[in-house]
Amino acid sequence: MPTNAPSAARTLSDVTSSDSTLRRFLHGLPGVDAVGLEARAAALGTRSIKATAKAYAIDLAISMVDLTTLEGADTPGKVRALGAKAVRPDPTDRTAPSTAAVCVYPDMVAVAKEAVAGSGVKVASVATAFPAGRAALDVKLADVRDAVGAGADEIDMVIDRGAFLAGRYMKVYDEIVAVKEASGAARLKVIFETGELSTYDNIRRASWLGMLAGADFIKTSTGKVAVNATPANTLLMLEAVRDFRAQTGVQVGVKPAGGIRTSKDAIKFLVLVNETAGEDWLDNHWFRFGASSLLNDLLMQRQKLATGRYSGPDYVTVD
Amino acid sequence: MASAFTSAFEYAPAAESRSVVDIAPSYGLFIDGEFTEAADGKVFKTVSPSTEEVLSEIAQAGEADVDRAVRAARKAFEKWSALPGAERAKYLFRIARIIQERSRELAVLETLDNGKPIKETRDADLPLVAAHFFYYAGWADKLEHAGFGASPRPLGVAGQVIPWNFPLLMLAWKIAPALATGNTVVLKPAETTPLSALFFADVCRQAGLPKGVVNILPGYGDAGAALVAHPDVNKVAFTGSTAVGKEIARTVAGSRKKLTLELGGKGANIVFDDAPIDQAVEGIVSGIFFNQGQVCCAGSRLLVQESIQEELLESLKRRLSTLRLGDPLDKNTDIGAINSAEQLSRITALVEQGEAEGAERWSPACELPTSGYWFAPTLFTNVTQAHTVARDEIFGPVLSVLSFRTPDEAVAKANNTPYGLSAGIWTEKGSRILAVANKLRAGVVWSNTFNKFDPTSPFGGYKESGFGREGGRHGLEAYLDV
Amino acid sequence: MSDRLSVLKTYKLYVGGKFPRSESGRVYEVTDSKGTWLANAPQASRKDARDAVVAARKAFGGWAGATAYNRGQVLYRVAEMLEGRRAQFVREVADAEGLSKAKAAEQVEATIDRWVWYAGWTDKIAQVVGGGNPVAGPFFNLSSPEPTGVVAVLAPQESSFLGLVSVLAPVIATGNTAIVIASERSPLPALSLGEVLATSDVPGGVVNILSGRTAEIAAPLAAHQDVNAIDLAGADEALAKELEIAAADNLKRVLRPQPVDDWAAVPGIDRLTAFLETKTVWHPTGSLGASGSSY
Repeated sequence: MPTNAPSAARTLSDVTSSDSTLRRFLHGLPGVDAVGLEARAAALGTRSIKATAKAYAIDLAISMVDLTTLEGADTPGKVRALGAKAVRPDPTDRTAPSTAAVCVYPDMVAVAKEAVAGSGVKVASVATAFPAGRAALDVKLADVRDAVGAGADEIDMVIDRGAFLAGRYMKVYDEIVAVKEASGAARLKVIFETGELSTYDNIRRASWLGMLAGADFIKTSTGKVAVNATPANTLLMLEAVRDFRAQTGVQVGVKPAGGIRTSKDAIKFLVLVNETAGEDWLDNHWFRFGASSLLNDLLMQRQKLATGRYSGPDYVTVD
Repeated sequence: MASAFTSAFEYAPAAESRSVVDIAPSYGLFIDGEFTEAADGKVFKTVSPSTEEVLSEIAQAGEADVDRAVRAARKAFEKWSALPGAERAKYLFRIARIIQERSRELAVLETLDNGKPIKETRDADLPLVAAHFFYYAGWADKLEHAGFGASPRPLGVAGQVIPWNFPLLMLAWKIAPALATGNTVVLKPAETTPLSALFFADVCRQAGLPKGVVNILPGYGDAGAALVAHPDVNKVAFTGSTAVGKEIARTVAGSRKKLTLELGGKGANIVFDDAPIDQAVEGIVSGIFFNQGQVCCAGSRLLVQESIQEELLESLKRRLSTLRLGDPLDKNTDIGAINSAEQLSRITALVEQGEAEGAERWSPACELPTSGYWFAPTLFTNVTQAHTVARDEIFGPVLSVLSFRTPDEAVAKANNTPYGLSAGIWTEKGSRILAVANKLRAGVVWSNTFNKFDPTSPFGGYKESGFGREGGRHGLEAYLDV
Repeated sequence: MSDRLSVLKTYKLYVGGKFPRSESGRVYEVTDSKGTWLANAPQASRKDARDAVVAARKAFGGWAGATAYNRGQVLYRVAEMLEGRRAQFVREVADAEGLSKAKAAEQVEATIDRWVWYAGWTDKIAQVVGGGNPVAGPFFNLSSPEPTGVVAVLAPQESSFLGLVSVLAPVIATGNTAIVIASERSPLPALSLGEVLATSDVPGGVVNILSGRTAEIAAPLAAHQDVNAIDLAGADEALAKELEIAAADNLKRVLRPQPVDDWAAVPGIDRLTAFLETKTVWHPTGSLGASGSSY
């Protein structure tokens, strides 16, 4: 932990004193070379995780899943089933860990809460006019309060990408601060929609902006656009939380979401965490996967490791 | 929330299988399409640097063998050079494809004999070897369009001496352009890494290459000297130390032998305060720890702008602590073994000298295996231009950190060396990249990247790093009578 | 014919843009092909050679850094100045090489044209020998020729002017600086050329001209650690070998002597490329956006 945290924190509070200081700070962050970043992510992707390490990684990954359903067609039945799966992912094997959370729309929070009651599995709710975020601030805050009121442990908000891309960083900042306040005790995940921010420089700036505004987690994507979590953008966000802690002493979590479907992918992300932010983040308090189909692949791989046979989709539950 | 996962994420061993390669207990010299014993019957052993296990016993070429091989190459030259370029091309394409097919075997072999990580032989050496043959294959029937005159002629017999740091890749850099242009070859691999060249002889057999076009003579410096001095050699190509390069230049003086030399370096990796820092750290690491730093174009001098020196060093040290040193066959190994006891003692001596001269030494916590030749990744800070570790090529995993205040000073320090092979520039400012690249006296400049190689990209040095270029259209010139 | 006594020229070295006598104070007698005294030429010493290296090194950065267009203009200016002093050079070449006026005039004209030829090359050679390389990865990769540095030139012994310019002009066209050792027996056209260069916008030190004993001056240049290359055109076989061995100490680029039947023939680019380095610069390109699809 750095010893200069108080002074760094003071410096950083100056950063958000005006639109221009904030812009100057964000634009003064080190640039990102896209080719180098992607090459590093790809190189870490070649790590060979076998045997005991693989078993460990699969269980760790399961424990980090925010098991998600974010469909217009969601029903209480669907959410209950999801909750049951989160609590006991593999009904045939009690040693399989629970997932970290279930992630639903605000109107399903109460149902989800009931479904996971007593299990330790959290209920996360997307809010703030997810996924576009195109609503007035008071509407977004009402959305958040609704979810928190229904018992959400975690709020997954989206930033105003339009404001960010227009360079109105202070507006984005103020909104996150307001949502954080409305979230109360719930942990706040701030979604950047990295696919819309488009450049790595923007993703680094958004990461710092989110952290300065009080995010407990920074999260890549909604899962609703073409490009969601990638090894490269997650690596970049892991660098950001690492550097933020080094400068302020405050640890922030990371959640890649969308597009992570296989155990192999998930393990690559865990390698990124291990070798970038370090083992302090190898815990579901600090790292999550926003995913739905990933869990079944993790379970099939887990069964394969246990039995030596390749499993099939008929041996995991479909909800 | 406390997690159930209290232990660290330890990667289990993930060793590449040795069984994909079948190393014979002994190998001969490859002359005129046959494996033969040395004329004087001498042999030497090649060992695995990571375990000191003897891998095989190799015939040791002497002067008589050199003469025999040169005669075989001379005899083969007439037909080979008269072959239509399109036919020579097809032989080289065959070789490229066979190398691709056998790349796993060759990667494991190279890792065993050299000590470098399988990750590197698999992902860098072998793909580049195949690509190099593929690239020059395509030139063989297009030489009249290469800008060296209407009907460029080959030189004759090429005597080629290569080092141990990239055994098969250096072979490819030498043999592919030589054959494409219609020369025949006598190649001497380094005494510590003869195996992949001997396996290449088998690739030539599979490709149906005519006898005598490629001859491989494992041996020591005396065989290399005899090859270079042989009166019937028309072309000498050498990659290795600057001291030996100078000796070769003296040997061929006054002759008509064409000479290209790819020698040592003391590359500067210049990091400005507006650099993409995380990528710069990766570039610094790849620049000096790729292949254990046993790379002529290594970025062995880090020149960092004073304003970010502390921050960068902190990041660099943190990154070095994640490097995984150990079994080169393990797919997760980042740092393998030093190639030989001799090289290890040279590195050790230079590092001790660096300490004695007052530079500050740092290495991450790192357990070295008990057998084999190993050296921990090492940083030197408090280094000035006057320190030996800032001037001499160490050829090992040792980085000297120096600082600068202005771009002018960075360039002056970067160029303040008799070498001139490589340099790196890290800044997000495009015009600064171009201005600095312009002023650097180095044959290869990597901006916001490092240690990238490609068969189309000419490689070679300024000043005492040698002369001539390998790779690309430029690489043809060394083997043509122009 | 007037019985006026002519004013004789004191021939001097040309070093760093100035015209010094040899530091040694020595001169040697230069005669025409029939043995008639023409002048005393300075006999340059090792010290003069060292001074020339210092001047050439000092001039290198500016000359190499000048635009290729500018170098072309300067070389063309040399041709212009020579044209104006054509008669002088015809006389000097005729005396030096024992040629008729007509033959000497051909030599001088070819020499002037050679400057024009190389003047045109300065901004084209990079396009001919350099270019982009299509590497297999997200990188922009460009190879460009650059001058190698300070080049010592042993001018041909026989062709005192055309031969001299044929080896000198390509060296400086590409941005190198030169130390030329004039033909030992016939140094006067070379020394007079210095006077032309001094009035042709060629920056001081870019060309340095020494006269004297070729072997004596060449030895320290071949061994000099701050000389990057050597053209052995004016060396015999034994001297060439000796100098090539000395040149290996700092791995100078060496251009060995080659038989030249006719210095007037179109030269080709070999002498341009002999003293060029190739620098290859890599730079990442990558996609425009992190989404990988933004164009």
